[in-house]
Amino acid sequence: MRADLLSIAAFALAVAAVPLLTASGVVLTFLMMTLYAALLAAAWNVLGGYGGQFSFGHALFFGTGAYVQAIAQLQGGLNPWLALVLACASAGAVGVFVGALSFRYGLKGSYFALVTLAFAEVFRIVALSVPFTGAGVGLMLPLAPGAANFQFADRAGFVWTMLGFVVAALLVTSWLRHSRFGAQLQAVRDNEDAARAVGVSPLRVKLGAIALSSVPTGAAGAFYLQVFQYIDPAIAYGPAVSVEALVAAIVGGLGTLWGPVLGAALLHALAEATRNLFGSLPGLNMVIYGSVLVLVVMFAPRGVFGAGESLRDAWRRR
Amino acid sequence: MNAPPAAPLLDASQVSVAFGGLKAVDDASLALRAGVLGALIGPNGAGKTTFFAAVSGFVRPQSGRVLFDGTDVTGWPAERIARAGMARTFQIVQPFAAQTVRENIAVGAHLHEPRRAAALAAAERVAARVGLAQQLDKRASDLTVAGRKRLELARALATRPRLLLLDEVLAGLNPQEVAQMIPVIRGIRDSGVTVLMIEHVMQAVMNLADEVWVLAQGRLIAHGTPAEVTRDARVVEAYLGHGAAARLQRAA
Repeated sequence: MRADLLSIAAFALAVAAVPLLTASGVVLTFLMMTLYAALLAAAWNVLGGYGGQFSFGHALFFGTGAYVQAIAQLQGGLNPWLALVLACASAGAVGVFVGALSFRYGLKGSYFALVTLAFAEVFRIVALSVPFTGAGVGLMLPLAPGAANFQFADRAGFVWTMLGFVVAALLVTSWLRHSRFGAQLQAVRDNEDAARAVGVSPLRVKLGAIALSSVPTGAAGAFYLQVFQYIDPAIAYGPAVSVEALVAAIVGGLGTLWGPVLGAALLHALAEATRNLFGSLPGLNMVIYGSVLVLVVMFAPRGVFGAGESLRDAWRRR
Repeated sequence: MNAPPAAPLLDASQVSVAFGGLKAVDDASLALRAGVLGALIGPNGAGKTTFFAAVSGFVRPQSGRVLFDGTDVTGWPAERIARAGMARTFQIVQPFAAQTVRENIAVGAHLHEPRRAAALAAAERVAARVGLAQQLDKRASDLTVAGRKRLELARALATRPRLLLLDEVLAGLNPQEVAQMIPVIRGIRDSGVTVLMIEHVMQAVMNLADEVWVLAQGRLIAHGTPAEVTRDARVVEAYLGHGAAARLQRAA
């Protein structure tokens, strides 16, 4: 626990210092987008890594967060920070609803993955057809720079805000690693019958996990809207976000504290490097994500972080 | 002055479980008083494990009723029955394979202990009781068969149950390991936990059990002390085949 908290504090200080050392837009944008991917991955890791429930539809929570963030401001006239609370709560509510439906009926593995994918698609089609989401045109957020409006004139403000979200997600992960709830969640992941035999309700812990996973994903959606000031059904509920969340978490290392951050950094560095080499071919990052995922699953099933641990153990045993 | 006979801790009456056309447990009744170490024996496929599953909530009985400490728990989900104080082990061991022995046992301890540090400390004490103290930091998947059986026992014990259902915790152990486990199980009973064990190792049953029930083809065919039950002609026939009792009689 102590080691976790110290490493999180060190990470927070190091990342927070970067905008003080450089004003380079390229560096800060890269940092911001990496943190954003790390938040998605860390959130996915709570349910997928510690809970063993693989969602293919985290866009469901991301999109809900983004749309609620937009609609609360545009139609409700809410301050963006208040809207953020509402966005997170709505994403959590959608998570618990989908979780209750799937887990109540014992859906696991690929069945659960398909249900989340299907729900994300349903939400995408609904968002395309109803007026209050702006249908296919999407929603645009008017420019109103200022910290009180959750819009920052420079990237530094977004980097620090995003860092706060990531640190919160890491603290939740650390709590999972050192608490009764986390122990019960991992017990259900590893053997549901054995967990029930010692009094753990699989439904209850899985619902807790999907709530803890969908809330920060909703926050990532709200953040996306505040940065790009535009959302449409394909961005919000399309498969890209779902894939990004799970690939970064799996590549980094499932069920580890730092895996998702590491995975997000690696993938973004890789995407950036290829963009410089090959120009911005559309969809190239998806090709890279897919290839890296295949390689990792084949050669390092516990992710980069897990492979590192195995190497360290092998070195010690030498 | 005689105390009135205490109500049994576990009272299963006329429990039946069918899988399709197969009646795995057929109208079985069993009442176990508190503090007793009971054994449930019978040939392979007799329905012993299914009976355990019905009592502990993993399978819903088609008919019959299960009372635990006077409460009707028939049809309760397994986790609710576990919280009420009935713990079980699995014949086919079910460890949380990727986790250490300490973490495995702590999941059981967490049933009554919300704090992580206290649950881990409780896990160490339970591990010492079942002889796993040297292996606390091993992964469950790295344990031997005997180690995994001990782990099953430890995890169930860590929930501080009033009734412990042990499903063949001695199977697959060599004679030396069996001899080590017998005092452990007796110690659990002596600490006040009521135990019902499914067992094939007759040496252990004769040694440990106060009362024995015999299940054959889903039906309870005998009940008594270990000595009574092993003399019972129906029991001998259930194990050795029709006519075996008579042949044994002639041979003697």
